[in-house]
Amino acid sequence: MAIISQTEAQAILTKVLGFSKADECEATLSGQSGGNVRSARNAISTSGGIDNVSLAVEARFGKRSGVATCNQFDDATLRTCVTRAEEIARLAPESPEYMPLLGAQKYLPITNSFAKATAAITPDYRAEQVGNSMAISAERKLSSAAFLNDSSGFVAKRNSKGLEAYQQQSGLEFSVTVRTPDGTGSGYAMADYNDAAKFDAKTLTRIAADKASGSRNAKALEPGKYTVILEPAAAVDLLNNMMGSFDARNADEGRSFLGKKGGGNRKGEKLFDERVTIYSDPANAELPDLVFSGDGRPQQRTAWIEKGVVKNLYSSRYWAQKASIPDIARPGGWIMEGGTQSVQDLIKGTAKGILVTRLWYIRAVDPQTLLYTGLTRDGTFYIENGQIKFPVKNFRFNESPIIMLNNLEAFGKPVRVGGNLVPPLKIRDFTFTSLSDAV
Amino acid sequence: MQPRYGFFVCGLQQTQGRLYLLAEFLPPLTQTRTDLKRRDFVGLTGLAAGALWLPAVPGFGGSLVDPARLLEPGLDVAVKKRLADVALNTAKSAGATYADVRIGRYLNQSVFTREKQVQNIASGESFGAGVRVLANGTWGFAATNTVTEAGIAQAAKLAVQIAKANSKVQKEPVQLAPQKGQGVVSWKTPILVNAFEVPVKDKVDLLLAANAAALDNGASFVNSVLFQVNEQKYFASTDGSYIDQDIHRIWPNFSVTAIDRASGKFRSRDALSSPMGLGYEYLQPKAADKVAGPAGTGLIGYRNSFDMLADAALAAKQAKEKLTAKSVTAGKYDLVLDPNHLGLTIHESVGHPTELDRVLGYEANYAGTSFATLEWRAKGQPYGSKLVNIVADKLQPGSLGAVGYDDEGVPTKEWNIIDQGKLVDYQKIRDQAHIVNQKQSDGCCYADSWSTVQFQRMPNISLKPGTSKLSVDEMISKVDKGIYIAGRGSFSIDQQRYNSQFGGQVFYAIDKGKISGMLEDVAYQTNTLEFWNSCAAICDESDYRMFGSFFDGKGQPSQVSAVSHGSATTRFNNVNVINTARKI
Repeated sequence: MAIISQTEAQAILTKVLGFSKADECEATLSGQSGGNVRSARNAISTSGGIDNVSLAVEARFGKRSGVATCNQFDDATLRTCVTRAEEIARLAPESPEYMPLLGAQKYLPITNSFAKATAAITPDYRAEQVGNSMAISAERKLSSAAFLNDSSGFVAKRNSKGLEAYQQQSGLEFSVTVRTPDGTGSGYAMADYNDAAKFDAKTLTRIAADKASGSRNAKALEPGKYTVILEPAAAVDLLNNMMGSFDARNADEGRSFLGKKGGGNRKGEKLFDERVTIYSDPANAELPDLVFSGDGRPQQRTAWIEKGVVKNLYSSRYWAQKASIPDIARPGGWIMEGGTQSVQDLIKGTAKGILVTRLWYIRAVDPQTLLYTGLTRDGTFYIENGQIKFPVKNFRFNESPIIMLNNLEAFGKPVRVGGNLVPPLKIRDFTFTSLSDAV
Repeated sequence: MQPRYGFFVCGLQQTQGRLYLLAEFLPPLTQTRTDLKRRDFVGLTGLAAGALWLPAVPGFGGSLVDPARLLEPGLDVAVKKRLADVALNTAKSAGATYADVRIGRYLNQSVFTREKQVQNIASGESFGAGVRVLANGTWGFAATNTVTEAGIAQAAKLAVQIAKANSKVQKEPVQLAPQKGQGVVSWKTPILVNAFEVPVKDKVDLLLAANAAALDNGASFVNSVLFQVNEQKYFASTDGSYIDQDIHRIWPNFSVTAIDRASGKFRSRDALSSPMGLGYEYLQPKAADKVAGPAGTGLIGYRNSFDMLADAALAAKQAKEKLTAKSVTAGKYDLVLDPNHLGLTIHESVGHPTELDRVLGYEANYAGTSFATLEWRAKGQPYGSKLVNIVADKLQPGSLGAVGYDDEGVPTKEWNIIDQGKLVDYQKIRDQAHIVNQKQSDGCCYADSWSTVQFQRMPNISLKPGTSKLSVDEMISKVDKGIYIAGRGSFSIDQQRYNSQFGGQVFYAIDKGKISGMLEDVAYQTNTLEFWNSCAAICDESDYRMFGSFFDGKGQPSQVSAVSHGSATTRFNNVNVINTARKI
């Protein structure tokens, strides 16, 4: 049920538009099916599943808009849903930021966003993968807690102005925390894919187990400024947060780090080390994504930072028109260019430094400078003369990704993490402000 | 990565750094693109203001409906009882030794504005039933939105099937603390005005008036929002309970931004309101609910009603003042913390570490574990100074935790967590009580929807006020070098709840017993035990107020829960303060 074919989906949407008496109407049909398994203390704790298709109808009269949803698709229900959207629209206030619906769009060809292997996942598959993970922990007398979540689905859109879109998508995410029984060591690994064929819980669990065993009896180092190697799982959140501030309106309104003294924004300015290049591309083979955004705008390869220079900001359609700037939607995931080195290579090239597996409870401290705080977690190690010497106690950091990406020493090969492609980063003068006893 | 809905409420909190206002307390999970449920609803709408954002904010899901629908009655209680009996009988026939069913209708409405315009008004309804069973000593759960005898029976059978399947890998059978059946009972949040009965226009007018008050007082931008929730929950179990509950919550909030274009500097000040277990009466200000802040600050604290216009006007003045306020000199200070700030510190450093499932490792892969293990408690070390008495409860009128019965049919109560500085107890539900040799549950089981399974969630966790008379001005008069902090700012704590860092909305220097002026760039970094052991004075009951959150996050897939934290203004000595200003 959860995956309705393009022909069938567009037939439902055409029928919906036919029922509408509104000035403009847009209908979005989407569905997903999937499931999850959670474990803790080497036993399955909860499991669940979802199988759902749902229709959203937006009706507009002039600048008034209303939305209604339903999850059954017989004619009577569809008619009621459209009528409800129209009733809500009539009662709504006029939107001063009204934009007419988009007409027909040209989208990139769809690549491999949907994988049969992911759609074919069964409860047995989930139990087996998590079972394998638990077995590795149990053999090594460690305790694991893991979460496996997968889903496959589709999205179809159609509106009264001629826009038509359809795409299938699938995904799987897995994360595992492995701890020593005495609570003195902890390790973590995570991964996500569109195609479940690439996934193996055992490989990831071994990495987490090695980190757990290796992080026992950590030594305390003085907080201060250190050269750090941030593994991709540690770097991703800070980068993601920074890219979350690339909104043109916030910058133009003067309430973003991209706002300019005296007004305007900092597009075109070099704010980062010249090796920093970040772009998005829904056709990337490692990170296949939707080729259209929520409002129907095309998603295509877009440079956000090129050689350290801010190249583009995303915005709403309204703001793009008002500010006369390129009309670019916020993308799904980010791709940071990197080098060819592995984390191991980066460690080898480091005289003194700290390897960080993961950062945790990251919160914005000052939006003006994008200062963030948070802590290291699940495997923090001291590096000397190209080798890991010993585990160290976790640190709290206070650091801005802007400063961090100006203090770039080296980077490695990008890997997929949390729906982005991120290289391991070697950063000098990363600011740790206090120690934590947490393991 | 910020939770995805954090991003989608950018419309409310325009500056990226303020996202946490809505994502409050949710551990920073890495949410991937596999979460299509959120993605397709939220991402795939043409509305600039995002009328479909609702399903992406936890607890605000459901079908979008006409506001009038929120006042229509749900199923008759007799019908619910009949359906519940079908679920319980089906489960028992299929082999369950215990079963409970929750038939839930979850209603919500939110109104978003910025400056002089409405951004969005959305009303949502979600209706369905969840059946939880014990079979072969193992839990099974299934839910359905087909609330008919056939639909609910099918869910009950599926739950038993799942329990039996999971029992094959179960090592230890579930031990459920006994619970006497409650018979046929009901409970309702004692509200005065149902927020859904107030015309949407009145709510819009109030928010726009608050925005105008901010703009008139020098704000460059202002966003405001009103959230309203009504959970109509029917619970029945094979213990012989049939519990009908009608629960209401409300939360007005705003963020005011002042900008100095010449320097490019911007500062925000958020509302000093709190989410509450109240009706619309929370937005009808009463003089008796206003508590004056320290002399020299102009601040007002709010008990059971909030003066949105007055606070918005003050917020604009304070946001402007923040632009030129003195940057703090890092060092040790005595902190005087207002209840609207301290509630969050209590949540993070006492509420979470004393959740028994965290203590035992069930949340290791997400929210984390706890330093306050059973072994740690046995050592008898002080958690805090002798002044520190912290209670858990699900009873306080006006609190978010207040219900008659929890989501597994246990009557609610109050119990001690920290007694004169010593950790004495944890937060438990029926299948955890035996772990600490307790005969009954504490009654803090909760699910955020009919479609999600109930588990242990934080009750209200509150610091008891001081027993001797002490006002905030008297407290400040004894501080030589200190900082007064009101409101919640940035907050972060490690996964075992030792090391934390907290900011605030407004900061005032205290010099030789007097407020001497506003400060900026303040955050304190501390260790939970050092912090609570440095607790030196607590104002009396007349200063006691609650702070809360709608969005305490826990579990995978993550569920939210609403919780309040009461306290009076409290002094902590010699706390490490850092300066958060940076040059980029």
